[in-house]
Amino acid sequence: MAITHSHASGMGGMRVAGDLVARVQMTRGMRIQEAKAYVAEKLGVAVADLTDPIMMTEVRTDLGLGLVTPLPGVPKGIEAKFNIARVLDIDINCVQRFKDRTA
Amino acid sequence: MGTILHRMGDGSIIETTAKEIMADLVEGSEDAAERGRVSPLKKEEYDYLLDIFCSPYKFISVEPGREVVLTYDAATLKIRRVGVHVDRIAALQIYEKLMGADTMELAHVDYSFKPVKPIAKFEQPILEQALLATHIPLFYGAQPNLGLYSQPDGPFPNPAELMPMGKIAEAQASYEAAAEHLTRDIVYTSSLMIESGADGINLDTTGSAGDADFLATLLAAEQIRAKYPDICIEIGMSGEFVLGMHSELTYQDQRLAGMYPHEQVKLAEAAGATIFGPVCNTNTSQSAAWNLARAATFIKACCEVAQIPIHANMGMGVGGVTVADQPPVDVVSRSSAGMTTICRLDGL
Repeated sequence: MAITHSHASGMGGMRVAGDLVARVQMTRGMRIQEAKAYVAEKLGVAVADLTDPIMMTEVRTDLGLGLVTPLPGVPKGIEAKFNIARVLDIDINCVQRFKDRTA
Repeated sequence: MGTILHRMGDGSIIETTAKEIMADLVEGSEDAAERGRVSPLKKEEYDYLLDIFCSPYKFISVEPGREVVLTYDAATLKIRRVGVHVDRIAALQIYEKLMGADTMELAHVDYSFKPVKPIAKFEQPILEQALLATHIPLFYGAQPNLGLYSQPDGPFPNPAELMPMGKIAEAQASYEAAAEHLTRDIVYTSSLMIESGADGINLDTTGSAGDADFLATLLAAEQIRAKYPDICIEIGMSGEFVLGMHSELTYQDQRLAGMYPHEQVKLAEAAGATIFGPVCNTNTSQSAAWNLARAATFIKACCEVAQIPIHANMGMGVGGVTVADQPPVDVVSRSSAGMTTICRLDGL
């Protein structure tokens, strides 16, 4: 059922920009259209590009935002979340705590 | 006009006609409108739903550009529930990398705050390790589940036993005492998970034990918000209206019993919720069309008044989805697209 919803109505997660739009909803309380516009502006793409896996794979690779296929040398996991927080100009709880514990 | 294959709310296949589907759509919407005192759907919305139910295709989706964010309840448990032997971090990675999830949720197999509280410190390292290895937002979630606080499962006299004996005041006092404990357990456990780095807390299936359950959750959300001003709090409901098990409880001078989604969301906002998840339960004796129109009517009214993102509950047995262990793809996709499009949802 989760897969059906993902295909019927979901943004597509980190294959595209679904996780990024979700983060903006969660941290800034934005409704969906506002959140999409915010993310598109920060990434320098059109709103329509946010659900295009070809475009978003390029953008995520260039900005180090994490990829479904973990290529060697590209940011993964918490590394990618450092970049997501910076690019989207949002606080990510675990990134902040990582900094606090390692500083 | 020829017959159309359709389904009942329990998922069983029926043969029907476009005229009968339209009649069910109108009847379902008007049922919700009357109960919730909200507006029924408009003609163009009925026409859209009729189109998707008459479509011969198995799978229906939203138009490009109308995609929404997905949040989940107990996602990791659903991998284990079907007998796939992976640990919870691997389950989260399956959601993230293989299932197109926009967010995900770590949860304990006994998905309620009361049983999680004593083992919360064992949950924290798993959450912390998961956060190092994953990319998408990660909630920690559980149900308030006030029923666990009544005897024989909990410390307080069972209201369901007291009420038939006419001990109404004693039953209400028991609910109130249990709610205080529940609020404390939610705040304690949520605080630990936030301290471990969770992106959000999901208070799922709220109100399952009635108005006291809903009140405890609102008060917990209020305290979490005061303690962690920037954390995401999602409140998901259990039913379309709040059961008046106590019947006289209020939050900010508003009686909780009998509240429908468009009223519930205003209290969730006042308590500090970031995301609200309204519910409309599926009636197995009615058709899928009747159920979807009814759900869309309730949830559309909620979206129209909301100031915060709305993620409608669309799991098995809610939001127009049939009551069956394996909900058919044709119904789930129609409900998913229909609800998202008509209600202008922010997520599911």
